[in-house]
Amino acid sequence: MQALYSAPKTLLRTPSHYCPGCGHGIAHRLLAEIIDEWGIRGKTIGLAPVGCSVLAYNYLDIDMCEAAHGRPPAIATGIKRVHPDNIVFTYQGDGDLAAIGMAEIVHTASRAENITVIFINNAVYGMTNGQLAPTTLLNQKTTTTPEGRDPLAHGYPIRICELLATLEGASFLARTSLSSPKNISQTKEALKKGFKTQIEKKGFSLIEVLSPCPVYWRMSPVESLKFIEEKMTQTFPLGVFKDWEKTVSAPGGQATEV
Amino acid sequence: MKSSTNKKHLLMGNEAAAEAAILAGCRHYYGYPITPQNELINHMAIRMPQVGGTFLQAESEIAAIYMAYGGAAAGARVMTSSSGPGISLMQEGISYLAGSELPCVIVNVQRGGPGLGDISPSQADYFQAVKGGGHGDYHNIVLAPASVQEIADLVYDAFDLADRYRNPVMLLGDAQLGQMMEPVEFRKTPRTHQTVKRWALTGAEGRARNIVKSFYPVKGELEVFNIRLQRKYRAVEQEEVRYEEVNTQGAEIILVAYGTCARICKEAIRRASGTGLQIGLLRPITLWPFPKEPLRRLAKKARAFCVVEMSAGQMVEDVRLAVLDRCPIHFYGRMGGGVPSSREILKKVLNILAPEGTLELEIPEIPTELGKGLYFSTIP
Repeated sequence: MQALYSAPKTLLRTPSHYCPGCGHGIAHRLLAEIIDEWGIRGKTIGLAPVGCSVLAYNYLDIDMCEAAHGRPPAIATGIKRVHPDNIVFTYQGDGDLAAIGMAEIVHTASRAENITVIFINNAVYGMTNGQLAPTTLLNQKTTTTPEGRDPLAHGYPIRICELLATLEGASFLARTSLSSPKNISQTKEALKKGFKTQIEKKGFSLIEVLSPCPVYWRMSPVESLKFIEEKMTQTFPLGVFKDWEKTVSAPGGQATEV
Repeated sequence: MKSSTNKKHLLMGNEAAAEAAILAGCRHYYGYPITPQNELINHMAIRMPQVGGTFLQAESEIAAIYMAYGGAAAGARVMTSSSGPGISLMQEGISYLAGSELPCVIVNVQRGGPGLGDISPSQADYFQAVKGGGHGDYHNIVLAPASVQEIADLVYDAFDLADRYRNPVMLLGDAQLGQMMEPVEFRKTPRTHQTVKRWALTGAEGRARNIVKSFYPVKGELEVFNIRLQRKYRAVEQEEVRYEEVNTQGAEIILVAYGTCARICKEAIRRASGTGLQIGLLRPITLWPFPKEPLRRLAKKARAFCVVEMSAGQMVEDVRLAVLDRCPIHFYGRMGGGVPSSREILKKVLNILAPEGTLELEIPEIPTELGKGLYFSTIP
């Protein structure tokens, strides 16, 4: 009998360290599926960040490199310059990419570095007990904003796709989510587009993925998916912000559907 | 400029460092502008494209060290360079290089500190270089050239050492050595082939995957890894100590100095010849591993040591640890961009031999600021 659907080979069969309802497992699987479908295991090199997904290399059967907090884009640059024909991606959370690693991500994008960035935005620091992240929503409660994020005290959420869209070096920028099967499938399409951008040497690509963190949002997994759809997408609208194949959509951050 | 010829070139220390790296097969250089190492980054910007290499000016020293980290993880010979403040920013990355056992060459053209300090010669980054500098138990291999020729020779060797031990190697120069011009010959064979590195990230085509990491979350694994690192460091201490001895046979006073200070000490020894003063010099070429054994041997015969540094006394601590109480140890240091003169060093030597000023010597005056140095002695 022919199997119609099975676990991707690149996804290692190992117990997960992620919390129940976390989105990382889904994102890892999507990556593994694409690597299998495109047969690119032998030429893909991944960068794991500091944060919950520091152990991403436990799950993906490819060459991988750990990075210091916020530095994956710089390390990916060094790897890509040695192996320009390999596929190099970073996998980063919101604290890693949008707080401590802001300089690295902005300059890597502005250099049109031919790498793909998978940016998991769950609006909190998950690994360290759910502190305020640059992408924490206004009024959202975290362990370091127990009364909710107050813009006068803690500033406003940072929209990475919109910010990077101002840079000529960025070729493909999209924001997707893991909140429903439809959105998961669109996330996979966006990831493929990111890798395609790199394979065709079109420059920098980043896919921002809105991802649930039920434990530090103090919600059930189902509630956290609703939170993404009803609350997070208000601040972080889904869509494509830059696409080298089309003339780009959105002046002023008005996104089009993926 | 063709680096492989046996011709003499007149080059600045910073340029010689860049040229020697290319000779050693380095094709990936990442840097960030900072004085007094700018000629190195400028030279690389011209030369790397000529040899088919990568030159990239990073957005910060932090990014530069991690670009170098990426290149090293990908199996290439990589170099970065900076000076005091920039090297401080790189410390996190250097700790990660040591923790991930990645070979990388880092040039520190030392300037005065702390803080922004100034851009004059200094040796005050010694502790940072030889004691680790970043977090965790690790060592850089630290090489201390004393001439432009030696910069060229040691930068070349630094790449071999880095690959052999999978460890960061720091070349510890200073503004004087980086900025001065001297004739230099590139005597070593140009490296065209990269060393095969089975652990490197190349894409796992037809093999099990490689992971470059320094995170050991399972209890006990990190200690096992640290024990292995320490074994490696003991092997480096066994195999790689380098030093130079000048006039130590029968010397009453042994000067201990590296880099620029060692050159000035050599001048002091020359000026003292024929005066009856018996002065020798032990010049560490590797600051880590430190030449403890030769110092212990000299301690049996010498009347005293005098450590000369452009710092408030950093290497003197390693001399003390090597010699213990076998011999008195004196120190003469200039700070904040001050460079000792040979006359100052000779005055200090006379002071050690005859504290009451009973010994007089004719030393011709040379224009220098005197009396600014920091003196101290430890006499068991």
